[in-house]
Formats: sequence, C-alpha cells, structure tokens
Amino acid sequence: MAKVFKAEKRPKEKKVRTNIIAGPKKDKKKTLAGKKAIQGYLFILPFILGFLFFMVKPLFQSFIMSISEVTVSNEGFSTSLNGFANYSKAFTIDPQFNQILADESWKMVINSLATIVFSMFVALLLNQKFKGRAFVRAVFFLPVILSSGVIVGLDSNNSLVQGMANAIESSSSASVTSVIENILSTTKMAGGFLETIFDIVNKVYDIAIASGIQIIIFLSALQTIPKSMYEAAEIEGCTKWEMLWKITMPMISSMFLVNWIYTIIDFFMKSDNQMLTKIKQEMVVSMDYGFSSAMAWIYFGVVMVFIGISSLLISRVVYYYE
Amino acid sequence: MSKVKMAKRNDFWQRNRLSDGYLLKKTILNYALKILRFLLMFGLCFLILQPILNKISVSIMATKDIFDSTINVVPRNFSTENIRLAVYLMDYPSALTNSLLISLSISLVQLISCTLVGYGFARFNFPFKKFLFACVILVIVIPPQTISTSLYLHFRYFDIFGIVSLINGDTANLRGSAIPYYLMSVGCMGLKNGLYIYLIRQFFRGIPKELEEAAYVDGCGTLSTFFRIMLPDAKPILTSCFLFSFVWQWTDNFYSGMFLGKTKLLSTELESLADTLGNYLADGKGTQQVSVGYVQQINSIGTLLVVTPLILLYLIAQRGFVESLSQTGIKM
Repeated sequence: MAKVFKAEKRPKEKKVRTNIIAGPKKDKKKTLAGKKAIQGYLFILPFILGFLFFMVKPLFQSFIMSISEVTVSNEGFSTSLNGFANYSKAFTIDPQFNQILADESWKMVINSLATIVFSMFVALLLNQKFKGRAFVRAVFFLPVILSSGVIVGLDSNNSLVQGMANAIESSSSASVTSVIENILSTTKMAGGFLETIFDIVNKVYDIAIASGIQIIIFLSALQTIPKSMYEAAEIEGCTKWEMLWKITMPMISSMFLVNWIYTIIDFFMKSDNQMLTKIKQEMVVSMDYGFSSAMAWIYFGVVMVFIGISSLLISRVVYYYE
Repeated sequence: MSKVKMAKRNDFWQRNRLSDGYLLKKTILNYALKILRFLLMFGLCFLILQPILNKISVSIMATKDIFDSTINVVPRNFSTENIRLAVYLMDYPSALTNSLLISLSISLVQLISCTLVGYGFARFNFPFKKFLFACVILVIVIPPQTISTSLYLHFRYFDIFGIVSLINGDTANLRGSAIPYYLMSVGCMGLKNGLYIYLIRQFFRGIPKELEEAAYVDGCGTLSTFFRIMLPDAKPILTSCFLFSFVWQWTDNFYSGMFLGKTKLLSTELESLADTLGNYLADGKGTQQVSVGYVQQINSIGTLLVVTPLILLYLIAQRGFVESLSQTGIKM
C-alpha cells in the first residue's frame, strides 16, 4: 500500500521542485532529467578524464599485444597482428593453462565465500559493546596493513619470524581440528565437503589476514543502521536472530555486494596466485608478451564473467531505499 | 557496601522467583555468551598479533641471541642497538615526514575525487551510466602491473592533445616528479580507487530519496544538498576510505617506486633496507657480519617502524567511527 502511494505522489513533488529551483520560464528546453544528467556528468568528470588519459591507452595496447605476435628488439617492440593465435595457444597448446584456470577459479569461489562469512561474523561481533572493544578493533585493523604493498613480500620471506612461529606452534601439541578430523575420518564420515571445511579452518590465518578490509567495510555499514530500528523491533517482540535477518542483513546488503566483488578481485590479484605467476613468468622469462597478455585477458574475462553473474544474483536481494 | 550488595542479591532472587526462573536463565545465558565471545576474540586477536609479537621480540634481541637455538621467543640479552641502526639506515625522520606528506595529500585528493564520482554514480541518471560504471569495475580488476610499461612511456613523453609540445616545442618528461601521480589521483586512477568509488556509491544509494527531496524543497541546490545533507551522513564510510587509501599509499612500493623514485619514503626505504645494510657493512662500519639472520632481524625492525605510525593513526581515526555512530540516527 505504502509503495503505491509513494509512486503516485512522486511526480507531483518533482513538478513543484522544478518550479521552485529552475523557475517556470527561464529555460524551457532543458528538462529536469536533462539538467540532472549534466550535473551527474560534472560529478563523475574526474573519473571520465582519468579513465581516458591513464587507462584507455594502456588497455588498448595490451589488447593489441594479445592479438599479435610481439617481437622485442633493441629499438623496442614491434607487433604484427596474428588474429587469435595467442588465445588458441593458451587453450589448446599450453599444457598448464586450462588446469591452472580451473584450479584458481574453484579456489577463488571457496576462499571468497569463507572470507565473506568470516568477515561478516567478525564485524557483527566487533559491533557489539564490550570491554576492550577499541583494542580488538585496532587488532583487526592490522590485517589491512599487513596485507598491503611492500610488507607482504617482506613477511613471507622472513624465515626468522616464521621459524619462531613454528616453534610456538609445535610447543602447543594438541590441535583441535586435527583431532576432530581424525575422529571423523576414522568413522568414515569425512567426505569431500568436510575436507574443504577442514582446509578452510586450517587456513584461518590466511583468511583473517585477507578479510581486514571487508571487516571494516561491514563495520562502517553496520554503524549507519539507525538504532531506532532495533528499538522498534524489540518493542514489537523481535528476537535478536530475527533482527539479524530482518534488519541487519537488508541494511548492509549493498555493502555485501561491494565486499563480495572486492574479495573476488583481491583473491584474483594476490601475489601468490598461480595464474599471475604464470603470466609474469611468460612475460619476464620467455619474453612472450603476446601470449602472456592473451592469458591475462582470458583471466580478466573469466573474473569479469564471474563478477557479473554473482553481482546480478546478489543485486536481486540487495535492498536500496529507492 | 556489603549491605547494598546483599540487598541487591536478595532483590535478584526475588525478581527471579517472580519471573518463574526466567531471569536466572537469561543472566546465565548472557554470561555464557560473554565468555564465548571473549574466548573467540582472544583467539582471533592472538592469531593476528602473534607474528607482530614475534617481530617485537626479534627486534629487541641482541644479535647473538638470534643464532642461539636454545632461545625461542624471549630474548636473553636485550639491546636497542639494532633498532637504532635500522632508524639510521632508513633515514627514518626524513622518510617519515615525506611519507606523511605524500600519503596525506594523495589520500585526501583521492578521497575528494572518489567521493564526487561515487555521489554522481549514486544519485544522478545520465546516458551511458551502466557502461561508465562497468569501466569503474574494470579499473578495480586490472592489476597496475599490467599497465605499468605503457604508463611509463605515457609520462616519459607526456602530452595532452599536443598542447604541451605546442608551447614548449617538445613533450614534457614528467618521470621522476610527483605531478603524474597527483594527476592520476585526481582522475581516480590511483591505487584501488575503483574500490572507493564503488564503496561510496553503494553508501549514497542507501540514503533515502526523501531526504534529498526535502532538501530541494527547502531550497538547497545540488551542491549544497551534497555538502550539507549527504556528506555529514557519509562520515563512517569516508573515514574508512581515507584509512584504506592512507595505508595503501603508505606501504605502496609500486607507484612510489615508479613516480617518486628520488623522494625517500618509508615504503621504498624498507624495500631497499637489506641492500642498504649490505652496503653499510661492506664499508666496514658495522659491528656484525653479514648473515641471513641479521638481515632479517633488521628487516623485521624496519617493518615494525613502518607499521607503528599506521596503528597510531588508526587509534586516532577510530574516534571518527565511534562519533559518527551517535550522529547517524537521523535517517528516515
């Protein structure tokens, strides 16, 4: 009922607005929609300019490379178009490519799901009030720092600190997950699904490090939910569980979409990603620029399709005020 | 004191009896949840903190402790000598100020332009909007490494529609100066800027239209609606975007190495710390021999030195989070 009422009312309001702001006779030709479109373009002008100046040309060059034979000489590059030979080479000739592509895609799905669930859970916890919350929040900000830029490479090479971590790990002998895993596998209950779960549990540090940004995004979304909503729900007799699904989830669903896409992309650009290693290797070691950019484009394509499908699915349940 | 407590306890049991044991059940459940939450938080915090703690213990060890296999975590001989050496090698004070200046200005510029763009995408309808937004996604997806060579050439022979060469007679060589980087930041093409646009756009889409319309009816133009109605509401998301961009700028070695090669920054200093140490020792200045352990010790000290200011920044910025919590009750 309320929705129908709003839909009827809206055009009227718009008319009133045009009269007040633009004045009735000043410029008859420009409609409100046209004006708004121009204002919109002005707002996104920085992006359009930046994209044209700094992105289009490199992208175009890389695409040209992927459909041509690149020869490197002392004077620089020279390219000669050879159609889609590089692409068919990736799919049909190269022995590793298909395997790695399938592996990475599957890993991407599993890891992204785990990361999203984990960060959602942690954000919900961190949004509650408890003693030492500031400290815990600061701790959960650390992954954002530790997973960025120059620090990642240094950390993974540092055997000194790694050795120390191993010493600590071996000194605490019992591992809960391995005990449970043993029990389950001796009773023959552990199927493929459970194994994936155990795999994720064992990698919890990696997941925690990867979910720093997502946690903060969720947190800032959670903080924009007005408290009055929860109060109203509580008076109406909602339980906490119902509130989670009826209020919290719809209100942060738009950020959920961002997080999902960011998680996929983050995983896809990770430096220990097999696919990127292969692309880099082809580029640096074999100097086969055409082939490597063709592989990069296929990989982009897969990720874009993946993002497209999942964001279509998710945006159906995303709730906006509009 | 004890009387008051006794009275309270009696009161509790009385109320419990009145509620048919519901109060007791609820209190127990509450405490159980609290304990569970504490355990979880403790475990997760430990998981994240442990590598940092290890680094701290490495950094206060005397170098001979590193090679002693009986020492695991707690050092036997404390020494701050290595920390002083790392500070000296990284040229810490000047690198810190440079990093602060660059990160602050770059992240502010990025935040401003991304906020404008995000707002434009969220609140206006114009032709090709979907296509342009797909371009934003494209910008997030493409790793900067793939376009680096092309960008290098672009800035080596920089020109906008031949204007520069018309004036100077030659194209401008912008490599080694910070200008291209600022230009890129204005154009939202900096590090992970697509993500900020997306985030901010999603946030603004969540603000009810009625708020905007009310502002229009009250006589606000587009700009004043943006500044006076929308921006104050967006404080949490803008804070987190600023934090991300500051942190990523602070630790970034890719763009910094490409555009700001001459300026001493913490990230680039940290990257070359091992080489600096090698040169320093080769000159016969140090007291130690070159060894993997020693280099890694200095490296972990360097990492700590880079990370510490960021944690301090977060502790300050976190207030913005908490404050905005009380402010954003005005919706609907």
